[in-house]
Amino acid sequence: MLIARVIGEIVATQKHPSHQGCRILMVQPLNLDGSDRGDALVAMDSVGAGVGDRVLVTVDGYAAMTAVGRTQSPIDMAVIGCIDHIDLPGGLA
Amino acid sequence: MYLGRVVGCVWSTCKNPGLTGQRLLVVQPLTPERKNTGKRIVCADTTGAGAGELIYWVRGREASDARLPQEVPVDTTIVGIVDSLHIKRT
Repeated sequence: MLIARVIGEIVATQKHPSHQGCRILMVQPLNLDGSDRGDALVAMDSVGAGVGDRVLVTVDGYAAMTAVGRTQSPIDMAVIGCIDHIDLPGGLA
Repeated sequence: MYLGRVVGCVWSTCKNPGLTGQRLLVVQPLTPERKNTGKRIVCADTTGAGAGELIYWVRGREASDARLPQEVPVDTTIVGIVDSLHIKRT
């Protein structure tokens, strides 16, 4: 799973039927220090996350499909949690 | 899933029978600011996307689920055409 920030939303009319009714979010993966980690991704929302929220993203297909309740559909990433707090007693090292 | 733009089309006559009837498009992955990122790839299409259109595509085993119950030997599939994109980086 990845830590990411929600940076936007996608509106799509013409899409796979299994995606109907799903919110589609753009998320930017983050390092633990909060800097960007690679390119932004497109993920289905399963928790009602909003722009600016720090979230947990799964990049496993089965987990993502289960989270949004649509098994056997072409979904490989989903937002599965909003992060309140990260505790790192040993620091970032 | 990833953001991209359709930049071309691939034609193949001699192919795996499972690919019969599939459109194969060349996709350029994009950042949310619509700048090119990474190398172009070939995707199967389920949406009827055309050249120049902004799309999102799925990679991996799930890509072949888009045509169920038909089983298609692909690892990248276009699953949606993007109408609009609202980005707000904080």
